[in-house]
Amino acid sequence: MKEYQTITEISGPLVFAEVDEPVGYDEIVEIETEDGRTLRGQVLESSEGIVSIQVFEGTGGIDRNASVRFLGETMKMPVTEDLLGRVLDGSGNPIDGGPEIVPDKRQDIVGKAINPYSREYPEEFIQTGVSAIDGMNTLVRGQKLPIFSGSGLPHNELALQIARQATVPEEDEEGEGSEFAVIFGAMGITQEEANEFMDDFERTGALERSVVFMNLADDPAVERQVTPRLALTTAEYLAFEKDYHVLVILTDMTNYCEALREIGAAREEVPGRRGYPGYMYTDLAQLYERAGRIEGKEGSVTQIPILTMPGDDDTHPIPDLTGYITEGQIMMDRDLNSQGIEPPVNVLPSLSRLMDDGIGEGLTREDHGDVSDQMYAAYAEGEDLRDLVNIVGREALSERDNKFLDFADRFEAEFVQQGYDTNRSIDDTLELGWDLLSDLPKEELNRIDEDLIAEHYREDESAEAVQAD
Amino acid sequence: MSQAEQTETVDEDGVIESVSGPVVTATDLDARMNDVVYVGDEGLMGEVIEIEGNLTTIQVYEETSGVGPGEPVENTGEPLSVDLGPGMMDSIYDGVQRPLDVLEDKMGTAFLDRGVDAPGIDLEKEWEFEPTVEEGDAVEPGDVVGVVEETVTIDHKVMVPPDYEGGEVTSVESGEFTVEETVVELDNGEEIQMHQEWPVREARPAGEKETPTEPLVTGQRVQDGLFPLAKGGTAAIPGPFGSGKTVTQQQLAKWSDADIVVYIGCGERGNEMTEVIEDFPELPDPQTGNPLMARTCLIANTSNMPVAARESCIYTGITIAEYYRDMGYDVALMADSTSRWAEAMREISSRLEEMPGEEGYPAYLAAALSEFYERAGKFQLMNGGEGSISVVGAVSPPGGDFSEPVTQNTLRIVKTFWALDADLAERRHFPSINWNESYSLYKDQLDPWWTDNVAGDWAETRQWAVDVLDEEDELQEIVQLVGKDALPEDQQLTLEVARYLREAWLQQNALHDVDTYCEPEKTYRMLGAIQTFNDEAFEALDAGVPPEEITDVDAAPKLNRMGTAEEWEEFIDEIENDLKEQLRALY
Repeated sequence: MKEYQTITEISGPLVFAEVDEPVGYDEIVEIETEDGRTLRGQVLESSEGIVSIQVFEGTGGIDRNASVRFLGETMKMPVTEDLLGRVLDGSGNPIDGGPEIVPDKRQDIVGKAINPYSREYPEEFIQTGVSAIDGMNTLVRGQKLPIFSGSGLPHNELALQIARQATVPEEDEEGEGSEFAVIFGAMGITQEEANEFMDDFERTGALERSVVFMNLADDPAVERQVTPRLALTTAEYLAFEKDYHVLVILTDMTNYCEALREIGAAREEVPGRRGYPGYMYTDLAQLYERAGRIEGKEGSVTQIPILTMPGDDDTHPIPDLTGYITEGQIMMDRDLNSQGIEPPVNVLPSLSRLMDDGIGEGLTREDHGDVSDQMYAAYAEGEDLRDLVNIVGREALSERDNKFLDFADRFEAEFVQQGYDTNRSIDDTLELGWDLLSDLPKEELNRIDEDLIAEHYREDESAEAVQAD
Repeated sequence: MSQAEQTETVDEDGVIESVSGPVVTATDLDARMNDVVYVGDEGLMGEVIEIEGNLTTIQVYEETSGVGPGEPVENTGEPLSVDLGPGMMDSIYDGVQRPLDVLEDKMGTAFLDRGVDAPGIDLEKEWEFEPTVEEGDAVEPGDVVGVVEETVTIDHKVMVPPDYEGGEVTSVESGEFTVEETVVELDNGEEIQMHQEWPVREARPAGEKETPTEPLVTGQRVQDGLFPLAKGGTAAIPGPFGSGKTVTQQQLAKWSDADIVVYIGCGERGNEMTEVIEDFPELPDPQTGNPLMARTCLIANTSNMPVAARESCIYTGITIAEYYRDMGYDVALMADSTSRWAEAMREISSRLEEMPGEEGYPAYLAAALSEFYERAGKFQLMNGGEGSISVVGAVSPPGGDFSEPVTQNTLRIVKTFWALDADLAERRHFPSINWNESYSLYKDQLDPWWTDNVAGDWAETRQWAVDVLDEEDELQEIVQLVGKDALPEDQQLTLEVARYLREAWLQQNALHDVDTYCEPEKTYRMLGAIQTFNDEAFEALDAGVPPEEITDVDAAPKLNRMGTAEEWEEFIDEIENDLKEQLRALY
């Protein structure tokens, strides 16, 4: 290992140093300042004679006399099953005062791509206990399903509720089922938010089966580049070598992307849309694609990244690129939130791409797909009619239209609304769905198979409703 | 392509000067543009993309972590090429045609390692070669000299490579051979094997392009019925995320009546490719009943695989398509998504510090796109036959904004435009192809086919549907303001007819066993049934029946069940009869 005192330039998070021996791209660097602090960084560009280094902890305190050591390897995460129950900082050092971590092995944090041929298609239903998700946008094991939120919306509550309640129902009945672990990667969240998560983890005892990585708002921004990779490396190790089913919650991806932009700007790169680097799609894909199942392996990695859309705009590059990579999205809605709906999930722009293969007979219930389609169509129609009501008033609408309006109201107030402590089984969710759909005339249920209507449609209730009219 | 293990024994002909992501520069490398080189001690595959004095710039198709200056660069002297020969059907490749199943074996892990190379086709496997020429026959480039049964569906035709001179056949073999053994010899000394190579960035030669007159029947009502694509045509599917691009592409790959399908997953999701890999071997090809995979070649370069290989996967795919076209097949190529391809170009371009064009894309974006789409078409072949390539490119415009450069440059080239609509997708109207925005310039040249093969009055029936949908679009604006009940009775009825057109005809459930594929006859008959309703309903209205009573007849909602009906012919006959009976009973 060679040590240099050859720093020529310091700019933002970047340090440039002269070298007389070749240094590998992406290698880890240690920089020791004169006051004895050791900072870590990574080689961003390696040329003959000069390298540029991105410093994770920020370049404060570095001067030209600082010494630079190249460790000759790329960044590794020490992984072990003992990480469960531990709290680490954004660079992977324990901050919970617990014992030192004795690694089972050290794994490269830049994960290798899973060979698409070796993947197994995800189709095991995860019951989150949240109707808006289970019924309408079903999550399956090995999926990456982000929560698109906005500042001030209760995305953390929803994420926590999912982490708490998520189960795979069948295995419960048999009493076996492999262990379920939560990896929590926080990037640039406030201390207060961090406390909220930690309190909940401790209150529910979830911490025992969790690994927490904390990069807080006042921690160095560049470190946010590393935090999710550490979290995902740990997740892959637990899933594919120790057979855990792992749920990875990453929050807040917006802060991650801001850090990416900061480094791009410091490197004077040609910026893409809104100043974010042109390679942001590839970079995000390298995180999100680390979810999935592998043939012949017991475990799985399921990802729930959270991002706050700047200005609630889903065409902003961060949600936009995310949406193109992930398998759907859960949309939080400011209007529903102000109406007090918990969780304020707007199901119309929400989507789960893997839903169709994870539901139906033998997985959830035979009628699941049709019920969900029909509720989508009916709610969308009701939503459209609301605009019209604002102009012409309810009386001007036909009886049929009024039924759809009522449906939309009940859908929000009863189906989506459930509170953060209610855990609904998929049966409860679907029965509730039929309860709502039975308010509509039978002929309007054109998305549902006739046999299923005959089996589930509640004749008498609608008859009563007609009589009451 | 040579094997990576050979690196140690070959002279080093260049030295790495700098490394930045997928872009590496080397000094003292004697190379031509687009030569394939092996970079570093691990022999990572790369391609020369710029030469400036003694400095050569290389894009590397694999991760470059840990690679540093001073490491060797070896030139193969060959441009990036694909291996062509039997064994490509029923395969799955990465962007530089390495078979992913072989890589899994070689690497011994589910994760993609670096520095492992594998030929695109199995060089050891023996194929039963059946010659179609005899000694003394004269053959020219492109001529078929023999046939190999590649899969149950596809007879692979062994051709005289296009860069040969051709001549008189002096010896012909018959029986089991590997792809590298000579099966036919010519009098000028040229030897023909089942294996050929072709540089991916160069179009394979063919004769003249013809005007396509036959539709690529997709089995999707909105596409076949309203916005058809010709065999040999080009189409674009732009749409924001979640609007169903991939499902639409997959439906085309599953059900279109092409002989060969090349499906390129370019920078998209890993799980989606897995779905294709798992589904296609199980699904029957609607034409032959054989497994779909037997006519399919998959190229999967998912979003987290190296970006340079994403740039090349489009070329790999179209070259394979051209090779099968040369055999006289109708090939359909799906590229999902061309935006990721353009972004890969942008990424490489920005690493090269080239002057950017619009939105950071390189100035040659438009040229690259048109060059790619121009490789589609219906061609006269060198051997006198005919073959076609139809290209369907998905586009992923940022924020769903169609004014961005990739969408715009694509629209200038393609003749069929299937615009996906987020609003329709949100209300689960699939396929979410917007009927007001989409178009097909092939309509008129394909109408004779429909008239001859489906129904004499096809063009008029379709025009009727288009008119009703147009009228609905206009009426909806009024309805938004005053409500439906304020409209005159005939317009209310038109809205009802349009609703059936949308819900019963345009909508199609890709997940339903029956509805997922709709033959042209059924597409026509379903439209006919809705037209029957329309005609009978307006007769009734003229006779003074109030519109509520007309729309209330029992048979009308049954129109929505036409798509999923198994015995559709009887079902539609019954509906048409019922509609007539019930509506005429009202007056």
